[in-house]
Amino acid sequence: MSRLVAWAIFLLGCLYFLLPLLGMGEFSLRMRRGEYSLDAYRVVFADPRFWETFGYSLGLAAATIVMGVVLVVPTAYWVRLKLPQARPFVEFVTLLPLVIPAIVVVFGYIRLYNTSSFLPLTGSALGTDILLTMGYTTLALPYMYRSVDTGLRTIDVTTLTEAAQSLGAGWFTILARIILPNVMVAVLSGAFLTLAIVMGEFTMAALLNRPAFGPYMQLLGANRAYEPPALAVIAFAITWGCMGLMQLVTRFSKHERAKA
Amino acid sequence: MSYLNLSHLEKVFGQNRVVKDFTLGIDKGEFISLLGPSGCGKTTVLRMVAGFEAPTSGAITIDGQDVTGLKPNNRAIGMMFQAYALFPNLTVAENVAFGLKVKGVARDERAARVEEMLALIGLPEMGARFPFQLSGGQQQRVALARALAPRPRVLLLDEPLSALDAKVRVSLRNEIRAIQKDLGITTIFVTHDQEEAMSISDRIVVMNAGIADQVGAPFEIYNRPTTRFVANFVGTLNTFDVSVEDPGLGRVSLAGQPLTVPGLPDGARKGDVLPIALRPEALRLGQLPGAEAVLPAVIEDVHFMGSVIRLTARAAGAQLSMDTFNRADQPPPVPGQTVEISLSGRDAIVLRG
Ligand SMILES: Nc1ncnc2c1ncn2[C@@H]1O[C@H](COP(=O)(O)OP(=O)(O)OP(=O)(O)O)[C@@H](O)[C@H]1O
Ligand SMILES: [Mg+2]
Repeated sequence: MSRLVAWAIFLLGCLYFLLPLLGMGEFSLRMRRGEYSLDAYRVVFADPRFWETFGYSLGLAAATIVMGVVLVVPTAYWVRLKLPQARPFVEFVTLLPLVIPAIVVVFGYIRLYNTSSFLPLTGSALGTDILLTMGYTTLALPYMYRSVDTGLRTIDVTTLTEAAQSLGAGWFTILARIILPNVMVAVLSGAFLTLAIVMGEFTMAALLNRPAFGPYMQLLGANRAYEPPALAVIAFAITWGCMGLMQLVTRFSKHERAKA
Repeated sequence: MSYLNLSHLEKVFGQNRVVKDFTLGIDKGEFISLLGPSGCGKTTVLRMVAGFEAPTSGAITIDGQDVTGLKPNNRAIGMMFQAYALFPNLTVAENVAFGLKVKGVARDERAARVEEMLALIGLPEMGARFPFQLSGGQQQRVALARALAPRPRVLLLDEPLSALDAKVRVSLRNEIRAIQKDLGITTIFVTHDQEEAMSISDRIVVMNAGIADQVGAPFEIYNRPTTRFVANFVGTLNTFDVSVEDPGLGRVSLAGQPLTVPGLPDGARKGDVLPIALRPEALRLGQLPGAEAVLPAVIEDVHFMGSVIRLTARAAGAQLSMDTFNRADQPPPVPGQTVEISLSGRDAIVLRG
C-alpha cells in the first residue's frame, strides 16, 4: 500500500516536471500547420546571430570556468587546511551572489568601472568582456565553491599536503598535481553548472550590452512564436549532454571509483 | 656533535606546554623510537623535526645545518604517516617517483630509482596499480618506498603500523628495520607499543608528559629504568615493599627473608620501607638453587600463551605475575595450588620518585 503511494507520488513528480517539457517540445514542432516538422529548429540554426551569440557565450563560459577554478580551488583548499574556523564565514560570502540581485551587481560595476573611472573597463569590448566574466564568476561562485568543498571533503587534505611537502613539493605543485586532480570530478560538476548559468544569463549581458546567448533568447522570445520553445529544447539538450559527460568523466577516472 | 640534534625543544599550544626542554642527539644511521602514552607529545616532536610545527623555542640541526626555520619541503626529510597518505590519483610508480620529479631528476634515472625502490619493498610488479588496489600493508610499504626514493637525510615514522593487523604489523616492522639498516638511514619511529619499540630500536626515548624521561638501549630501559614511570610503562612489574636492614651493603628484608639489592637510594636508613620491583621473568617457580629468597604463593590464574606461560599469584601480600617456559613433560600449576617462588635481590629494580 505504502509502496503504491510512493509510486503515485513519484509519477506525479515526473508529470510535474515532464509535462511542461513535453508540451514545449510538442509546440516547437508545430510551425508548419497541420503536421509536425523541424522547421522551427531549421530557422533557429539558420540564423547567424544564433551561432554568434552561442559562440560568444560559450567562450565567456570557458573563461568563467577557468577563472572560477583558479579562484575557488586554492581558496577552498586553503580554508580547509589552515583556517577551518573561517569556513562558515567563507561559505556565507560565497552564498551572497544568491541574495544580491545581478542587476545590483552590474550597476555597481558600471558605476565603478565606467569610462571616467580609474579603471575604465566598460570603455572597450575586451574590457567589458573581462567585466562580464568577473560578474559570471560571482554568479557561479556558490555552486563552484560548494562542489569543490564537497570534493575536498573526500580526501585527507592535511595529510596529503604534508606528505607532498615532506617530498619537497611547494604550494603550486601540491595544488596542481595532488589537490586539483583529486577534486577533478567536483570541479567538473561545478564547471557544468557554471556553463548552464552563463549560457542562460540575461541581466548582466544585456545591461553591459554584450551579444550573449541570454539576450538573444529573450529577443527571439519577444518576437517569435515557435522558435523560442525550439531554443529551449536545444538548451535542455545541451544541459543534459553536459550531465552525461559528467557521468562519463566520473566513470573513466579510475581512482575515483575507489571512493564510490 | 651528533648527526641529528634536537636541543631544548619546547612547544606550547595556547596554555598547554606539550613538549618541555626536549634534548636528544641521534647518530647517523641510528634507529630511535619515541615511546610513550597517548598525548605525551611524541607526534609533536616528530612534526617539529619534519617542519610541520615550529618549536616555541629550541633548535634542530641536521648534519651541522640549522634547519629550525626551514620549510618542510626544504629539509630533505622522508616521512611515513599512520594513514599511509598515498596520493590517490597517482599510480604506485608515480607515487614513488613524486619526490624525484619534484627534485627534477631526469626521466630515465627516475624510472630506474622507482624500480629499485619497488624491488626493495618487495612489490616489483605493482607499479601500475592505484593505491586503492593494494592492501593496507602494501600501501604502507609503498609509502616507505616513496619516502626513501629521494634519499632523505632523516626518515620519520609516526605510528606507521598501528592501522595494520597484528601479523602484518610484526612482519612489516622487521622489514622496515632491515631496510633501515641496509640503507643506514637515520630514523625516528614513533609508537606507543613498547614491544614494537624494543624489538627494532637502537635506542628508545621514553616520553612522559612532554619530557624525555629516559633515553637508552632497549635492554637498559627494560632492566634499569630510572624512573617509576619508565619502569611501569615498559613491561610488567611486580612491586614489593621491603624494609632496609643495612643501607651500606644494600641489605633489605622481604617478608622476613634477607635480600641484597643494587642501588639503594643514598638517603636510605635502617628501618625505611621502600618499594622494589621485579620483572615477571625474575620470579621462578619452585625452589631454585642459589636463589636468595623463597616465598610461598597461591596461584590465582594461569594464561597459557604457547612457549610462555604467564601465572598470576599472590605472595607476601602482593599480587604478582610471573612467566615460565612451557615444557611438554611438566604441566603448569592450577589455580588455587600453593607453590614456592624463588627470587634474588640482584634482579630487583629499586624504584624512586
Ligand atoms: N595543533 C594542536 N593544537 C593544540 N593542541 C595540540 C595540537 N597538536 C597536539 N596538541 C596537544 O598536544 C598534546 C600532545 O599531542 P601529540 O599528538 O604530540 O601526542 P602523541 O604523543 O603523539 O599522542 P598519540 O599517541 O595519541 O598520537 C596533546 O595533548 C594534544 O591535545
Ligand atoms: Mg601521535
